[in-house]
Amino acid sequence: MRNQSIRTAVTLAAATSLLALAACTTDPSVTEDPAGSAAASPEATEQEWFDQALYDEQFEQRTADFVGDPEKPYLQYIAGEMKDTSDLAVEGAQKVCFANASISNPWRQTGWITMNQQLKVLQDSGVISEMETRDAKDNDNTQIADIDYFIKEGNCDAFIISPNSTAALTPAVERACDTGKPVVVFDRGVETDCATTFIHPIGGFAWGIDSATFLSERLQEGDKVVALRILPGVDVLEHRWAAAEKIFTENGIEATDYFTGADPTEIKKIISDELATGDVQGIWMDAGDGAVAAIEAFEDAGKDLPVMTGEDEMSFLRKWKETGIDALAPVYSNFQWRTPLLALEKIFKGEEVPAEWVLPQEPIPADELDQWLELNEGMPDGHYAKFGGEDLPGYPEVWQERQMP
Amino acid sequence: MSRTLTPSDRSAVLQQNRAGRGERFLRALRTPGGAVFVLLVALLAAIIAVNPSFGEPNSFIRFIGRTAPIAIAAIGQYFVIVSGEFDLSMGSVVTMQVITAGNLIGDDDAKVIPVLLLMFVLGAFIGLVNGLVTTLLRVPSFIVTLGMMLALLGLVLFWTGGAAQGNPADSFRQIGRGGIEGVPVLEVIPYPVIILAAVAALAFWLMRRPYGRTLIAAGDNPTAAALTGAPVWWIKTRAFMLSSLAATVSGILLVGYAGVHPSVGRGYEFTAITAVVLGGVVLGGGRGWVLSAAAGAFALESLFTLLNFVGVQSTWRDSVQGAIIIVAVAAAAKTWQRKRKGTAAPAQEVQPPNKAEQSEHHNGTTAR
Repeated sequence: MRNQSIRTAVTLAAATSLLALAACTTDPSVTEDPAGSAAASPEATEQEWFDQALYDEQFEQRTADFVGDPEKPYLQYIAGEMKDTSDLAVEGAQKVCFANASISNPWRQTGWITMNQQLKVLQDSGVISEMETRDAKDNDNTQIADIDYFIKEGNCDAFIISPNSTAALTPAVERACDTGKPVVVFDRGVETDCATTFIHPIGGFAWGIDSATFLSERLQEGDKVVALRILPGVDVLEHRWAAAEKIFTENGIEATDYFTGADPTEIKKIISDELATGDVQGIWMDAGDGAVAAIEAFEDAGKDLPVMTGEDEMSFLRKWKETGIDALAPVYSNFQWRTPLLALEKIFKGEEVPAEWVLPQEPIPADELDQWLELNEGMPDGHYAKFGGEDLPGYPEVWQERQMP
Repeated sequence: MSRTLTPSDRSAVLQQNRAGRGERFLRALRTPGGAVFVLLVALLAAIIAVNPSFGEPNSFIRFIGRTAPIAIAAIGQYFVIVSGEFDLSMGSVVTMQVITAGNLIGDDDAKVIPVLLLMFVLGAFIGLVNGLVTTLLRVPSFIVTLGMMLALLGLVLFWTGGAAQGNPADSFRQIGRGGIEGVPVLEVIPYPVIILAAVAALAFWLMRRPYGRTLIAAGDNPTAAALTGAPVWWIKTRAFMLSSLAATVSGILLVGYAGVHPSVGRGYEFTAITAVVLGGVVLGGGRGWVLSAAAGAFALESLFTLLNFVGVQSTWRDSVQGAIIIVAVAAAAKTWQRKRKGTAAPAQEVQPPNKAEQSEHHNGTTAR
């Protein structure tokens, strides 16, 4: 009996502590400032990810002049240091090895389709014999192993690497550089400049500046913005929020950020709860996946639709048109998936390429919405308007059917 | 189960069973399955205290609507848990059904009904496989459903490459998103609320049928149930099928509520198990009420909403869920055990422990 009463006491103590957890959170001192606890950690994040020099640089690059034909944005770049590749010139068709981080989101899938159609063109013209691809499925270790496999056994004439994460992949990229073959890095960066060229759109800060400036112009001081973020720790995404948060703070806009994992259930719950606590005037997203769920949450609650920034994903553009909201679609240029292969074409010919190949990155404003919708008519919801593959073979069926090898 | 009661004991038991409604109600509230309703009311009161607008009929009915998918999943999971098994494949079934709807229906309204039927057949089939492998091949259900979870997840990844393909026709999404408009006071009754009510009523009725009684008996002591002539393998298999079908219904509602995305349904199996456990259903089977499982789901969602309203980071969610599983299992095991030993039912305390009781109470006595 004694043993039993002790166990009962322990259980009760455990249960009470759980209840205490629920009870103490009703403490009015906590409820007075719900943003207080939320604001604490982004501050730390801001210090970690915010980089004033990079912010200023990308701020300027948004309005910079790009070298090249505006009809072919995937070949444009900001004038800067060029890399001489005359010693890399080769004859005949070459084998390319591509270490891909993943194709686990619609943005990467769209780019992957475009890349493969570009590959076909270069195979037909005899520049590339084949491209061997290994998909790391969002895993650093897998991608490191993939790159090492390519170095040892891939019989590769050139490397294309789309890193899964910045720090972890740096040594593997350096090992690829040590082979003396051309190395093209694109999308996310690495902490080394050993690659022949690093291809990327302007960047996350530019995204954050464009989107947060748009919202700040349309909202009043003291208005509420809900920031929906996919996941922490990825530089291109963290930079978007670091810039946006700075601008919101400067303009006195109250912004609360949440991680959603792009799960529409989660997004809807977050917005429903936010709308139940008070009005929300703006939605900021670090990527457009799930934007439709966010707008639907306002519709379902019968509230006025927010001012919003999404992305150039078709689902968002269509919902934007349908609801007539005041919105902006920031763009993380999807056409960059063509550029690595075209860069290799230049390198194989011995032509110089930019050491850092900065591609244009222009948001889609309201007055261009109809134009982009028309251009991409019949494309699936997960398609990205600025995919830049209209002149490639297989257009538009391959993108409509989302044919992936 | 044969047991001789002395006349005085018998009258005490009778007296207890024939106690007034009020007394029986209060007694029920003291069991884990009843206490969850008290917890739920307390949590809802706390939410309304923090944020009064939550208590408005319109907000409240929408809260019920959005919790319906997880409550239905919890009801499905209840059948499996009360029969002494686990269904870890539930979340993957939800995801698979969501993707099926997105990919097969597309924008074609005419395909809604055939695909809906296909989804139910698929759901029943997955449950059948889970059940048969568990019962006939005697592979522990934990392993069977874990394997099924991974297999389905792989299938979804293969099918979609891990990204959303776009939402199905609006007529299909109306099931999870729409409702009966123009209702006085509430403004709207979401369809998920109606579907939840129907599922709950069906589950309640099923548990009062011979099937439900045998299911609990099979969960409590499969050997004894088999000796009475009940086909335990088929009873448990049907429980797995009910679970997969419940996951299918959740999936259909989630397509409407949220839309198609490979992350929809992620972690649903653990949320459902947490809800069932919070509802006082004993892991290992044989004890618990089906509606308490649904109430457990509501209590869990209310707790998360409360934490959200008071500004607790959502990253705490998993920790809270983990703590709940541990504490609820400990508390439930404790209380049921005490009840069976007789402290909560004085009429039985006078009984001398005999052999029949020993075997019947193996759970409790081994712990002692």
